Amino acid sequence: MDIFVQQLINGLVLGSVYALVALGYTMVYGILELINFAHGEVTMFGAMIALAVISALIGAGVDLPGVVVALLGLLAAIPACMALGYTIERVAYRPLRHAPRLAPLITAIGVSIVLQNVAMLIWGRQYISFPPILPQGYHNLLGARITDVQIVILITSVVLMIALTLLVQRTRLGRAMRATAQSPQLAGLMGVNANTVISLTFIIGSALAAVAGVMVSAYYGLAHYYMGFLLGLKAFSAAVLGGIGNLAGAMLGGLLLGVIESLGAGYIGDITGGFLGSNYQDVFAFFVLILVLIIRPSGLLGERVGERA
Amino acid sequence: MLRNTLLAALVATLFVTGCSKQNQTAGGDNIIKIGSASPLTGPQAHLGKDNENGAQLAVDEINAAGLTLDGKKVRIDLIAEDDQADPKAATTVAQKLVDDGIVGVIGHLNSGATIPASKIYFDAGIPQISPSATAVSYTAQGYNTAYRVMTNDKQQGQVLGQYAVKQLGAKNVAVIDDRTAYGQGLADEFEKAVKAAGGSVVAREYTTDKSTDFMAILTSIKSHSPQVVFFGGMDPQAAPLAKQMKQLGLTAQLLGGDGMQTPKFISLANSDAEGTIASNPGLPLDSMPGGKSFKEKFNARFGEIQNYAPYAYDAVYVMVAAMQRAHSSDPAKYLAEMPKTDYQGVTGHIRFDSKGDLTDGAVTLYQVKSGKWQTLQTIQNSK
Repeated sequence: MDIFVQQLINGLVLGSVYALVALGYTMVYGILELINFAHGEVTMFGAMIALAVISALIGAGVDLPGVVVALLGLLAAIPACMALGYTIERVAYRPLRHAPRLAPLITAIGVSIVLQNVAMLIWGRQYISFPPILPQGYHNLLGARITDVQIVILITSVVLMIALTLLVQRTRLGRAMRATAQSPQLAGLMGVNANTVISLTFIIGSALAAVAGVMVSAYYGLAHYYMGFLLGLKAFSAAVLGGIGNLAGAMLGGLLLGVIESLGAGYIGDITGGFLGSNYQDVFAFFVLILVLIIRPSGLLGERVGERA
Repeated sequence: MLRNTLLAALVATLFVTGCSKQNQTAGGDNIIKIGSASPLTGPQAHLGKDNENGAQLAVDEINAAGLTLDGKKVRIDLIAEDDQADPKAATTVAQKLVDDGIVGVIGHLNSGATIPASKIYFDAGIPQISPSATAVSYTAQGYNTAYRVMTNDKQQGQVLGQYAVKQLGAKNVAVIDDRTAYGQGLADEFEKAVKAAGGSVVAREYTTDKSTDFMAILTSIKSHSPQVVFFGGMDPQAAPLAKQMKQLGLTAQLLGGDGMQTPKFISLANSDAEGTIASNPGLPLDSMPGGKSFKEKFNARFGEIQNYAPYAYDAVYVMVAAMQRAHSSDPAKYLAEMPKTDYQGVTGHIRFDSKGDLTDGAVTLYQVKSGKWQTLQTIQNSK
């Protein structure tokens, strides 16, 4: 039984990170119907920038507790990623706002490749180590083990998800975002500046991605210029699974995907008698995605698309 | 107008490249090209660059000393290509090198890349020396062009398996591999050796060479409470694996092969690397006949040695020595000299058996103690 609980914890931690990244995909899609494939790379930049700052601080011999150093890294990564998200939108997507759908999709992939290569030029091709500055404590939970880092990841994700939901549902900005998602033209007639709203969407999504990136690198103890690719792809799957364009859907999709992946990898060997192995861990995400798309094309919580046309 | 200019440029390029190729085949400028193929991008780029640097060091020394073949002064050009540690990319790179007119190749780094590429070199009749591909099947294909200057996985797996059961006293062993030709091959040999020595494999799990999340696999392994967890794979995976074992409270001894016996493993896993045991084919750098001077030369130019650089360095010398015996850089001519290799290199005495494997190999076991790989013992190959 404790094995099951442990797999569940593993899955929830993984899933909460997917959910944070998935929110970025889903927000942008909700407003622009654009799949921002560069979002995974923003996550990677968050991790890399935080690591650069953390190593610089350690290198300079700053005498602060590890948690504070990690927080300073995070505080540097968030605005940097916000600026990056804003720049991506201005440079790669805004000029193509009225172009056929395919054009921004292709620039999105292009931006993703460019960002990977920029990161490779700045930080090199190697895996970079996250210094061991975080507490290594753990707690027993129903016979399983949950580490301090895992708890922090879970709590941070949940807090950010709640904050984002409140922002979208309760604030003027949130209302403007929802209005723009419905119809940019009509929202414009009501005095909403669509460009500002779209920029802010990218900025908020990128801030969440930065946090996710730092948490992932702290969790696994490493970062790498290529780390955004698979993470982005899975978060995108999570967004589609939950119903792309839907915030609650992205969160649900992320958590589900993490848990399915974890339980799948943990038990598939036993269930299939070793015929399929845990190397299929990454495949589960996409298998579930295909399954959902066949049975329920709009995703678990998705509304019917085409409302706007 | 633009189209015409482009066309003219294209024709001009074709003409120029066509000409330069003719020059080489005619031997006009006395430059011979040797290929170096390894992953220069991706997670294993640090190892790939290490191989390239090792080969480059040898090439530069040979060029500086002046090489004469059949009365003509010859310069060697090392052409480094990136195979991304990917079997598909490796065949593309191999074909490109062959098309470029190389006379020999040092590489590839990974067994998974070396094996598919070796067919292309064999078909072109170009000698290939891998500094680091340890999978048994590489030299078992019957290609007379395939050589390696490192002990193979059969020998390494045997040493590790026996060590796990006899020295560490492990009865129950869990095995994880990354499903590459290298990781899988080594894990299979390890499994065989464990069973032969009387141990049992209680869990066999798989991952990929790009994963960083092993929590699910390790949780399921933990339920079998093994004394040893063996990992067949490379350092970027081994490090998070070691970390996550600690996170889950899995106290089994982590054991692995040469792919994780690198400084990078320790710098990535930090304190969680402590206690890990891994083997490496060959002698420890400091015990190699030419290890100390090689280390000085290499450090001065490229910094820290990752792992295989001395082997790549020796591989170049072995290849050039064969050319000197044949008085020719023509692959067909010096290939016949390759089996007669008897070279005292930095890494040890290099002679080949009928397959192209080393006859005098060794396997050394290391353990991470106070943040450094410390030598445990060296087991000489009994072939």
